[in-house]
Amino acid sequence: MMASPLQSLFPNIDDWGELGRACIDTLLMLGGSLALTVLIGLPLGVLLYLTGQGQLRAMPKFYGIVSLLVNVLRSVPFIILMIVLMPVTYALVGTKLGVRGAIPPLVIGAAPFFARLVETTLREVQKGVIEAAQAMGASTWQIVRHVLLPEARAGIAAGITVTAIALVGYTAMGGAIGSGGLGDLAYRYGYLSYKSDYMVVTVALLVVLVQLLQMLGDRIVARYKHH
Amino acid sequence: MIRFLDVHKSYRVDGREIPALQPFNLDIVDGEVFGIIGHSGAGKSTLIRLINLLERPSGGRILIGDTEMTALDEAALHAQRRRIGMIFQHFNLLASQTVADNVAFPLRLAGERDQVNIRVRVAELLERVGLSEHANKYPSQLSGGQKQRVGIARALANRPEILLCDEATSALDPQTTASVLDLLAAINRELKLTIVLITHEMDVVRRICDRVAVLDAGRIVESGTVADVFLHPRHATTRRFVEEALPEEAATAQAPGVAGRVMRLTFRGAATLQPVLSRVMREHGVDFNLLAGRIDRIKELPYGQLTLALEGANTDAALAALRAAGIEIEEVAA
Repeated sequence: MMASPLQSLFPNIDDWGELGRACIDTLLMLGGSLALTVLIGLPLGVLLYLTGQGQLRAMPKFYGIVSLLVNVLRSVPFIILMIVLMPVTYALVGTKLGVRGAIPPLVIGAAPFFARLVETTLREVQKGVIEAAQAMGASTWQIVRHVLLPEARAGIAAGITVTAIALVGYTAMGGAIGSGGLGDLAYRYGYLSYKSDYMVVTVALLVVLVQLLQMLGDRIVARYKHH
Repeated sequence: MIRFLDVHKSYRVDGREIPALQPFNLDIVDGEVFGIIGHSGAGKSTLIRLINLLERPSGGRILIGDTEMTALDEAALHAQRRRIGMIFQHFNLLASQTVADNVAFPLRLAGERDQVNIRVRVAELLERVGLSEHANKYPSQLSGGQKQRVGIARALANRPEILLCDEATSALDPQTTASVLDLLAAINRELKLTIVLITHEMDVVRRICDRVAVLDAGRIVESGTVADVFLHPRHATTRRFVEEALPEEAATAQAPGVAGRVMRLTFRGAATLQPVLSRVMREHGVDFNLLAGRIDRIKELPYGQLTLALEGANTDAALAALRAAGIEIEEVAA
């Protein structure tokens, strides 16, 4: 094979194909876990909001329990959560390794975080707008569907952006215990094998990924903002 | 008819009952504009929210027509609320939706799916409030007065029988207030719907209300036709509201060093336009000194109110003649 400029710049990286596959794995983990995180975290956030004190469906005891559960999941460091959840992961997807094995702990780690962001964003929706909808005879479901979510969509988009970026960090951490992806390469080659080229390239790729996510997120938020 | 029967309301704060509204009875007649005036904290926003049960009474019954609101289950209450429009001090429009979508919102909530019907109705409503050319703007692009017009269009979408106005003009400048009040008066006249409004400004009551209740610390202290309450306030709170509406007058009538008996003469309707005063004074040889006065309208009723200092032997006879001519007279305490 001809020596390309990349090869002369990073002589220790002998398999660029592996790096490419790791990139794809990271993107798959991110995409899969982000979709599921939103799917689970959004309703959970709405539930937290609705059952909170003084809200439409206030249920102090229920809120207390769900809130505690969310806090517990949020306070466990992700790397520990991954190890603790291994049996659950195995039961859910049939493996503890690779992209599939990474998704359950990623979702369980990120969904409570995202749910809190959703709850906070919903609380910022003007009480008066909700009252106006109630005065029009809207049911709680109609208020969620037609008032809360549309009014909070800029904030929710910002929350998804923050969560996606946190997930990038989690996937990299997951590399340490066998989930693959860029974090795996950085850890195995860059750290354990002293091939700092790998470290530089993977970190650079992660920086680019985070940057792209932030730019995309900011764009969507700006489009949704009307006030 | 909106009917409050022995209704009261209190809030639980830290385990203690804080009364917001003392037990009261009140009837609001179909087709009238009924004003509730009070200072902030008097309980007026609680009172207006009892009508559509955004606030539940602690006791008593609330009837709209034959429907006992307080006895409805949730689904029936939602259906009833669609027949009651409401507008708000801070407009409470959906910031994420265009003007047209805001107005269409109650139609969609009520289950209207036909896009053509929605478009036609929205166009009709925007035309009525004079905002046809703003249909595709977002609320943040509108002025306060325009936002309130969107609020009014939205409140009228489901052809309600009652319109509740929660301090609807308090966030607007005087000129905009006047145009929004004119719009509300026109709606009341043309659509024959009942309007209940709360405000802390006597001027709002004077301009468009037929009847008024004065609320003070959770109690209705005075109620009646606006002309009676405005021209002859009895309760101290009411008097304060009237004085706020006519500040310079109150100051002049209380000026020291005025000789003679100080009387307030009130002319209503046709009497305002007759030269009664000069004729009676001439016939009885009474001198008068004009201390304060105004000629204005309460809704459509012209009225005049003059504060005079009277001097002369025949003062009593002159006053009797004025009374006989239909002029209301009160002695103003010095």
